[in-house]
Amino acid sequence: MPDNTTYVAAAVAVSAAVTWALRTLPFAALAPLRASDTLRYLSVHMPVGVMVILTVYTLRGVSLTNALPVGLALVVTLGLHLWRRNAVLSVLGGTAIHVALASTVFSHS
Amino acid sequence: MNSPSDTVMDRPHQDTAAPPLTTSDVRAALKDSSSVGLALFPLGIALGVLVVHAGLDWWWASAITAFVYAGSLEFLLVGLIAAATPLAQVALTAFLVNFRHVFYALSFPLHRVRSRAGKAYSTYTLTDEAYALTTGESAQSWSGRRIVWLQALCQVYWVAGATLGALFGALVPAQLAGLDFALTALFVVLAVDAYLAKRDIPTPALALVCALVARFVLPGQMLLAALGLFTAGLLARRAVAPQAEAARA
Repeated sequence: MPDNTTYVAAAVAVSAAVTWALRTLPFAALAPLRASDTLRYLSVHMPVGVMVILTVYTLRGVSLTNALPVGLALVVTLGLHLWRRNAVLSVLGGTAIHVALASTVFSHS
Repeated sequence: MNSPSDTVMDRPHQDTAAPPLTTSDVRAALKDSSSVGLALFPLGIALGVLVVHAGLDWWWASAITAFVYAGSLEFLLVGLIAAATPLAQVALTAFLVNFRHVFYALSFPLHRVRSRAGKAYSTYTLTDEAYALTTGESAQSWSGRRIVWLQALCQVYWVAGATLGALFGALVPAQLAGLDFALTALFVVLAVDAYLAKRDIPTPALALVCALVARFVLPGQMLLAALGLFTAGLLARRAVAPQAEAARA
């Protein structure tokens, strides 16, 4: 467990600095960025791929024993979002289903 | 996100000679931010609960959300911190996860924000949600102040949600099983929205393959391997079919 306050503060500071640099510096280098077709191509195609990768990353711990509640919650989230296009509803709905299944039918405790 | 009537109602402000009053900018920003706020606040609560369940004091939830202020990275960061991940890898993860923000400079209306402090804060809080709201069609007439207020309100919703979640999570020791799915659901929602904007199947398919390859070949470095593979794959795809892809983009 992370008792080390210095380490946590450093991790937060590093993350904040990297994030702000990524958000601020491109404005200084705006002109060359605008001219680069390759960066424009990446800017158009990266977002969806990054989100797919992050989705899979959050599911890396899923095994056969908990695949069913996770799969059902994924279907509910996807279905809700394609149906209503309401981010709050999709996230809350999918999470509620997962919490309900994981703590009742599929509870391992 | 915003109803078309917002734009119509706000046009008169833009036509007057005097700069719009701050109070009207705040009111407008409150309305502009309501849809995103409805998502940020409960997600903030989920993050706060995760922070205390990871063994951190409740106030770390406030500190992390206020200083890092990049939703998806913060959820990952809690896990990285709990695993005592080396700082270099934390930095690399922050870089790769948030690299997409580089592209927001291409269309975010920073030129409308006048003051230096305003510009600094505006870039600091240039989240996916802020970018999505301020580059939409109804946002074309928004003043710089209205944009900064919108960003400030979004950050308030997020920090307040996380703080409440952490306090609530600390008071209620019984762990709510399966709450971590909120992060997965958020990424699924963002992926669907990004897909619907382009409707380009090969890109998410390539990303899925990269993620699965990284998951089974390099499970210890999955995120970095997947994002690196995906970027290389995109560049290769562009090199193979530059004309067709340039036309599409």
